[in-house]
Amino acid sequence: MATKKPSRIDVKKTYKLYINGAFPRSESGRVFEVTAKNGDFVANPALASRKDLRDAVTAARAAESGWSKATAYNRGQILYRIAEMLEGRSEQFESEISLTSHTTPAKAKVIVSEAIDRWVWYAGWSDKLQAVSGATNPVSGPFFNFSISEPQGVVAIASSDSFIEFIDAIAAAVVSGNTSVVLVPGGLAVPAMSFAEVLATSDLPAGVINILTGSLDELAPWAASHMDIDGFDITGIQKKKHGALKEAGAENLKRIHSFGSGKTPTRILAFMESKTVWHSVGI
Amino acid sequence: MTFEYAPAPESRSIVSIKPKYGHFINGSFVAGKKHFPTINPATEEILSHIALGGISDVDKAVMAAQKAYTKTWSKLSGKERGKYLYRIARILQERAREFAVLETLDNGKPIRETRDIDIPLVAAHFFYHAGWADKLDYAGLGHSPKAYGVAGQIIPWNFPLLMLAWKVAPALATGNTVVLKPAETTSLTALLFAEVCQQAELPDGVVNIVTGDGSTGSAIVNHPGVHKIAFTGSTDVGKKIARAIASTDKKATLELGGKGANIVFDDAPIDETVEGIVNGIFFNQGHVCCAGSRLIVQESVAEEIIEKLKVRMAKIRVGDPLDKNTDLGAINSKEQLVKIKELSAIGDVEGAERWSPQCNLSDKGFWFAPTIFTGVTQAHRIAQEEIFGPVLSVLTFRTPQEAMDKANNTPFGLSAGIWSEKGSRIFWASQHLKAGVIWANTFNKFDPASPFGGYKESGWGREGGKHGLAAYLKTGKETGAK
Repeated sequence: MATKKPSRIDVKKTYKLYINGAFPRSESGRVFEVTAKNGDFVANPALASRKDLRDAVTAARAAESGWSKATAYNRGQILYRIAEMLEGRSEQFESEISLTSHTTPAKAKVIVSEAIDRWVWYAGWSDKLQAVSGATNPVSGPFFNFSISEPQGVVAIASSDSFIEFIDAIAAAVVSGNTSVVLVPGGLAVPAMSFAEVLATSDLPAGVINILTGSLDELAPWAASHMDIDGFDITGIQKKKHGALKEAGAENLKRIHSFGSGKTPTRILAFMESKTVWHSVGI
Repeated sequence: MTFEYAPAPESRSIVSIKPKYGHFINGSFVAGKKHFPTINPATEEILSHIALGGISDVDKAVMAAQKAYTKTWSKLSGKERGKYLYRIARILQERAREFAVLETLDNGKPIRETRDIDIPLVAAHFFYHAGWADKLDYAGLGHSPKAYGVAGQIIPWNFPLLMLAWKVAPALATGNTVVLKPAETTSLTALLFAEVCQQAELPDGVVNIVTGDGSTGSAIVNHPGVHKIAFTGSTDVGKKIARAIASTDKKATLELGGKGANIVFDDAPIDETVEGIVNGIFFNQGHVCCAGSRLIVQESVAEEIIEKLKVRMAKIRVGDPLDKNTDLGAINSKEQLVKIKELSAIGDVEGAERWSPQCNLSDKGFWFAPTIFTGVTQAHRIAQEEIFGPVLSVLTFRTPQEAMDKANNTPFGLSAGIWSEKGSRIFWASQHLKAGVIWANTFNKFDPASPFGGYKESGWGREGGKHGLAAYLKTGKETGAK
């Protein structure tokens, strides 16, 4: 209950989902309440449903061909563009993070700066992955043989409620050419959906990153058993729940991984497949 | 007047098979409790009796492997480990003919293949990995990557000793110790390999071999002392393993099934292509996970290719695997023969057209004539399911994109072949194919330096090359990757 009459009524934002480059509400019509540290109402973000997840996977699959075939230089520039857009709106993210999580404004500033720098770091990897992970293989015979790494396809991400871990998981999945469906827990919903606006203005093709807010307990098992998801980053899920997700994911042999904190190319390569090509040599 | 090949059988006197075998645990052979016969699939002659490993045998083997890991193997330098592997490679070369004959007897594959492909590749695998043992810091896996400990390895019957080499060589080079289970129908060369370990004076317990069936394999997968699973076999069993280890910290590499597309463009060199198609599907009786079992041929050359393929198929010599002229040997087991017959019958029922050359197949043993099905569509089960036999499904395409779509339209992603004289087209196709191994103007080539493994439901991880080392090393420790 407001006690003081404000001089101006603010225009508040409706937090929706981010699917295929658009901001739809959940088809289920469900929302949940996000409050500030002091208990004040902040927003009613969408509580994503299984159908929303399926729609997001469809969008991600449709975007796969274009994004994975884009040049590494192009993908690198778009990831760098995300950093540029985030930098320009850093104050908004600082205030949303400190408003909706137990983070001081000073700490929120550090988090957002680091998040921006992570995008810059990942952007630079796009055209260096092959140099690190590929090989030409000296086989015994008249063949030119090389191995390159390719994106797996559609990677689902169960994010933790840390903004930096959210960024790490997404950037690691998409820099190589994967498309993604990101499941965000309620505590991170507000900055995550504002981040979707950053993506929408970063020349990122629609469907490459799709973001769903809601309950990970609900969404993660559906993602694990979805037959058109190739990889699943479950870092944001408690370890004791990993077994059940991996069991469900075995049906299409999903690549399911979780990671510690910190940025590493290992995380990028975990969602890539090595392809080896033999060319016969002769005249 | 027709010229016929005179029989040219390789002598089997070079091998001596014991009437009964036990397990190889902690450096010695230990007696098994129950036994089952292993037969020559070409004649159904009982060759020997193999021990059926139970939970207690597996437990002893894992304990031996753990002890060897802690007490000896992990304390040896990479340089010394490597020298053991070099020794093994050399002994395998010295005894190559013996291994080739034994493999042919137990597996049914032609001596020409065991002698010229399987066994030389086995030795090459140990020689290649021997050199890695003291160079792991340079493999791009971070500084001082660490072994897991005990690797549980379960291998199939299609390339018995070669699959052993694919598993054991990298595991030992990276500093792991091993409990290996050969396939139920093809244990003999693994047991002979145990003798090689003895001759190489490999420390006791570094390599342990427990023979048996699926229940033995399951005991290895579920043993808490095993830290890493390496499996080659069917996708169904691979999924079972993935479920079995889901709630553990065990790592796994899985090399599973495939339905390889062999794609022929209209500019392909026709005669070479026909040879490549034959090699793609009839090599090793088609018992190859990466076999080119779907021929996807451009419509404009389909008729010519199929006509020439039939002429070539009529010249495939099916018969005594020990005969040096034999091209196509025996199907490995009765069970597999039944599966091939069943799926082929489904091909008939679903409306594809079957053709085989006239073959005089022996009444004894398990045989299946080289077979092609034409008029196959993507919905046919013979276009989707792995037959694992000498049966080729032929589909056609008009545009290159259609070829890619058809090639990628299975849950598998292990191998593919591309036949074309145009370099840019080959590279374009190889970029579009979702497969771990792609052969351009060749097929079914293997090398220890070349990573092997699949996309999608063809499995997890790679074997061979620099990439294969990662499967046996904790590479993500510094990052917390799990």
